[in-house]
Amino acid sequence: MPAQCSSCTEKRAVLKRPKTGHSLCKECFFWAFEEEVHQTIVAAELFKSGETVGIAASGGKDSTVLAHVMKLLNERYSYGLELMLISVDEGITGYRDDSLETVKRNQQQYELPLKIVSYEELYGWTMDAIVKQVGLKNNCTFCGVFRRQALDRGAVMLKVDKICTGHNADDVAETVLMNVLRGDIARLRRCTAISTSSEGEGVVPRCKPLKYAYEKEIVLYAYFKKLDYFSTECIYSPNAYRGYARTFLKDLESIRPSTIMDIIHSGENLSVREGVKMPVQGTCSRCGYISSQALCKSCVLLEGLNRGLPKLGIGKHHRLHDKILSQQPLTEKEERKLKSVDF
Amino acid sequence: MAAPIAVHLEFGGGAELLFNGVKEHHVTLPSQSEPWDMKQLLVWIQRNLLKERPELFVQGDSVRPGILVLINDADWELMNQNACACLTAAGLDCSVGLKPAH
Ligand SMILES: [Zn+2]
Ligand SMILES: [Zn+2]
Ligand SMILES: [Zn+2]
Repeated sequence: MPAQCSSCTEKRAVLKRPKTGHSLCKECFFWAFEEEVHQTIVAAELFKSGETVGIAASGGKDSTVLAHVMKLLNERYSYGLELMLISVDEGITGYRDDSLETVKRNQQQYELPLKIVSYEELYGWTMDAIVKQVGLKNNCTFCGVFRRQALDRGAVMLKVDKICTGHNADDVAETVLMNVLRGDIARLRRCTAISTSSEGEGVVPRCKPLKYAYEKEIVLYAYFKKLDYFSTECIYSPNAYRGYARTFLKDLESIRPSTIMDIIHSGENLSVREGVKMPVQGTCSRCGYISSQALCKSCVLLEGLNRGLPKLGIGKHHRLHDKILSQQPLTEKEERKLKSVDF
Repeated sequence: MAAPIAVHLEFGGGAELLFNGVKEHHVTLPSQSEPWDMKQLLVWIQRNLLKERPELFVQGDSVRPGILVLINDADWELMNQNACACLTAAGLDCSVGLKPAH
């Protein structure tokens, strides 16, 4: 027989909380989950009254729970925030349709304005059109680089003050681990931050209100609240490296439930010895986005697309960038190199 | 002797991909000498329903860590994991739901 709720001692417990080991009923769990997100928001002073906040919405469980809880807390505690949903449409036929439909239903359910920013309006190119130019082999370079910037560009376009994303505790722990494994000290130092300040004119501050929420609780919150979400990111999808890190963490967690919080704690308290070389963060001279080069990766890729030289920005053609961007003519050999596309 | 049991299984959040994309399964577990428990049910699922990559679903004699199991709409971590007749399971990003069919 399932246990009784340890909080109200009246109702049937529906879950065992990974964070505390408590058995809670639905109502007590909802309350505890929401209050903890509220505490996170208040303790880190994530928002100021009067701000316009864009919620990055993918239609997946994390962003759906985020939208639901932000809407609820904004009303319960009078945060005074103007909330809106922002979604990115890469323009891949058939790929985003279901998740965008989910976001559109969320807009109705939560009565929040929704803005879908498309690659086409941000960059002038849909992913389908890019694939036609660059072939299937290279499209991931574009998708990754463009997606990273799409939210920022969308947010600037919509004039929101902040973006919040649905990253949860498991995601953050996974990222800490991956940055350790890759030796990426700069990212390791940044990745546990609950919010980023504006780092250039093209970059909108971001924050993670669900940073301390376990994935298990997010899934169960969505499940018991019967929230409408779409399984976008399959854990069986072949992002091999992250997949291993995730499996490793889950295995550890089954032996020691506090693993997730412990890793986040470690990440938060690391300090990098003075004298460790960090990449110099500059800004893109064209769009203002953070970039360690004179032009950011997405501006280089766009330049290549627009000039019919799709391989610019893919692989090792860096020597040619300056020449191309200062409009100097290319030799026939160089041009051939940048045009050839292997499917 | 335990009588045959009707069980309603639900796989979701991507777990259904391991079951030919079929989310809901109404199955009858055959009668056997001892009562059915989760461990036996998992073996049964693996033998009769699972179509591919068992390592993504089971580990040892339990479900793979990260897959959430609900039995009658409650977290199975609350139970001593031998509930038999009615089971609901939901996966982390992958729900496996087993509900009473009666
Ligand atoms: Zn309770
Ligand atoms: Zn999945
Ligand atoms: Zn740029």
